[in-house]
Amino acid sequence: MVEAVPIPAQKLRRALGRPSGWTLAAWLVAAAVATPVITVFSHVFLPKGDIWAHLAETVLGSYVTNSILLMIGVGIGVLMVGVPAAWMVTLCRFPGRRLFEWALLLPMAMPAYVVAYTYVGLLDYAGPVQTALRAALGMPDGLRWMPDVRNLPGAAVMLILVLYPYVYLLARAAFMEQSACVLEVSRTLGCAPAVGFFRVALPLARPALAAGAALAVMEALNDFGTVQYFGVDTMATGIYRIWRGMGDADAAAQLAALLLIFVFVVFGFERWSRGRRSFAHTSSRYRPLPRYELKGWLRAGAIFGCALPVTLGFIAPAGVLFGWALSHPEYWYRASSLLLIRNSFLMAGIAAVLGVALAVFLAYALRLHATPATSLAVRIAGMGYAIPGTVMAIGVLLPFAAFDHAIDRWARASFGVSPGLILSGTLVAVTFAYLVRFLTSSLNTVEASLGKITRSMDHAARSLGRGPGSTLWNVHLPIMRGSLLTAAILIFVDVLKELPATLVLRPFNFDTLATVTYNLASDERLAEAAGPALAIVAVGVLPVILLSRAISRSRPGAGTVEGIVL
Amino acid sequence: MSGAALALEAIGHSYDGTVEVVSNFSLDVGAGEIVCLLGPSGCGKSTVLRLAAGLEPLQTGLIRLHGETVADGATGRSEPPERRKVGLVFQDFALFPHLTVARNVAFGLSTLPEPERTDRAREALAQVGMADYAGAYPHALSGGQQQRVALARALAPRPSIMLLDEPFSGLDARLREQIRDDTLRVLKRSGAATLLVTHDPEEAMFMADRIFLMEAGQLMQSGPPAEVYARPASAFAAMFFSNINELEGVVKEGAVTTPLGPVPAPGLAGPAKVLFRPEALELRPLDGAHLAGTVTEARFIGVAWLVRVAAMSEDGKALDLQVRMTGGHPPAVGQRMSLQLDPTQAFVFGA
Repeated sequence: MVEAVPIPAQKLRRALGRPSGWTLAAWLVAAAVATPVITVFSHVFLPKGDIWAHLAETVLGSYVTNSILLMIGVGIGVLMVGVPAAWMVTLCRFPGRRLFEWALLLPMAMPAYVVAYTYVGLLDYAGPVQTALRAALGMPDGLRWMPDVRNLPGAAVMLILVLYPYVYLLARAAFMEQSACVLEVSRTLGCAPAVGFFRVALPLARPALAAGAALAVMEALNDFGTVQYFGVDTMATGIYRIWRGMGDADAAAQLAALLLIFVFVVFGFERWSRGRRSFAHTSSRYRPLPRYELKGWLRAGAIFGCALPVTLGFIAPAGVLFGWALSHPEYWYRASSLLLIRNSFLMAGIAAVLGVALAVFLAYALRLHATPATSLAVRIAGMGYAIPGTVMAIGVLLPFAAFDHAIDRWARASFGVSPGLILSGTLVAVTFAYLVRFLTSSLNTVEASLGKITRSMDHAARSLGRGPGSTLWNVHLPIMRGSLLTAAILIFVDVLKELPATLVLRPFNFDTLATVTYNLASDERLAEAAGPALAIVAVGVLPVILLSRAISRSRPGAGTVEGIVL
Repeated sequence: MSGAALALEAIGHSYDGTVEVVSNFSLDVGAGEIVCLLGPSGCGKSTVLRLAAGLEPLQTGLIRLHGETVADGATGRSEPPERRKVGLVFQDFALFPHLTVARNVAFGLSTLPEPERTDRAREALAQVGMADYAGAYPHALSGGQQQRVALARALAPRPSIMLLDEPFSGLDARLREQIRDDTLRVLKRSGAATLLVTHDPEEAMFMADRIFLMEAGQLMQSGPPAEVYARPASAFAAMFFSNINELEGVVKEGAVTTPLGPVPAPGLAGPAKVLFRPEALELRPLDGAHLAGTVTEARFIGVAWLVRVAAMSEDGKALDLQVRMTGGHPPAVGQRMSLQLDPTQAFVFGA
């Protein structure tokens, strides 16, 4: 090897990368996403008021402890539920496998706060479980030993029940994308199927598993509805309380900054665990996956392992909601129901389309210009998920209000008219918050999918006379079809369920299914909340089924495995 | 301005700004010529190809296509690949999995109006004998078929320059020979200037009009295959093409004295290495005039026998020599035979 003398200017140019439109546009997106975070962090340097000192003395410790325990519980829980389920439905054969393949996604349609309030209704003194037990055991006084779910472990379980599909979904996709050849090689090298799982399939799927678990943990840190309803004080609810209750935006922002640091650690872990290895396709040749036939106890275990999360995360709470809704039809035969559905659909649809478009743009900009500058911009644009809903509210409201006031001042000075508020309290503000918050999940999915397309695809298209845009449109997008749908559905369902940012940022009198459900449930009008909650679930279920069908079809050759054409 | 279809002039490239993987490398390919860029893996040959295609921005040097500069390291200008009109074939074929074979081949013909587009794609497929597979998807094809389609796709826009990166290494041995033969024919008929990157000397000798031999980012030697084979410019170049016998000696009065007799070494002095290929040695019945040795092994390698002979030089050094014999019966193991070296086929390099 020959040592070259690097010319400083050349070295600098290489480090910064050539300026390109893609990079500049990526930085624009990054700046928009960073606005709420910068707003929040800028408050850290303000003098800490009395309220902060009071917090530090009293509740801050328990906020932090509760949040940490929740993170650990949810992180371990989602992996323990999601990974075995994904492995079983992807690479084993047992009765009901095809049903579970999509049924395991159903809890995605359930907002955690809905599950939480149905379990409270299900397990409380007047609920069906205790009533039935009392009758069966002949103990009219009640059961003192009935576990109370309104506590930290209860909240963790609720969150695991609805968040494990993140891991399941990404793990399933990863297992399916693994070449059958690799798994067969491991078997010829003397690995039994179970050993092959731990030594080959699992390490290969590691980036997907880490990404899924990290998403779930971040979601748990952001959870507002469940912990608030269960009276568990975490940092997320603390922020809301300090702001709404004590009216101290600065102290709230300071606590928010602390919470952000926690989330950044999780985010950093996710990035780190992906490592520097490029997990490209190990083989370009596809073959149907071999499935191991399960027998006896293993078969029963597989069925149980798949049925349990579906039952607890979807069937039981949905059943309770149905029961309530059917016994009080007057609550949902309301004219406002259609409007609520329209509002929710509109917001979720806009955010999903824009979010996926932005994710594709960013991931492709990074592929084209893998410079540190582009990379940093994309990483910043992808950290919006870190921002808890309540913090997002402050982080969006403050700069938008400042912008509106500036426009207002300028208009009055120049034309003598006041345009009023342009962005604050409009759907633009809500959509902006959704995009900032949910871009991460779509970006992760799109990036992972794009990373699996070998570079020679790009090179082939480019050498055949297509520019970067045409290559994206004609090669990458069709190949990524399945993943794009996954990304869109993730955003759609997330927006539908999103609560705290919507609560705060929505225009006056603009209600969504989520806000109505939460308000009714916190007033203990559980039966009344069943209608809109069920609507969220129903809307959430349809795309989940579509998603499952699309991702199994998107794998070449998979549609005809076992002779079934989807 | 040179008349070459593709000219690389003193190009250099480093990935992290410190270690140059390609350094001061020049190469030219004439119209209709097939040039093989040959070298061990990691020698920078694929980087040269990527630079020529425009997949990597040029850092130093100059790249011209038909005399026109498309990349200039001094100004940082680098035409993107889509404007260079070069055909590329990859080791992994890189067929678009979501498109049929016909649409893969038509991919580079988007500027043509529709009936012509389909005709041209069909024509390109027929050229490689894949016309019957137009409606198939790539995953349904064998490796050899994928390679043919990849070749057809690259040739369909009728590029005047073709770049191939280890195009046969994904194929099994028998198939490789067949596909290589077909590819050579198709490339020659297309009249494109072809640069083919390979690590396989046999492949390079079969395909190339000229070979450019590379080591550690630098050009070692270039020329027609027979010339590079017969007159290697360095010990590396000699050893890259075949098994080699090596003897050490000292140059005195323009010749090296070896146990196998004197070998002329014009212009050299001091200690030297004498290298010769197995076919430069001839086994003869014991004659007393030449060095004698004992046959230790005889292997049939297709059209020839490769015979190993153990001998002892006068100063008591053990020699292990390989002899390539075409025709006749191989000697029995253990048999004593004389070894005769053709000094015109021996290469001497200063040690």
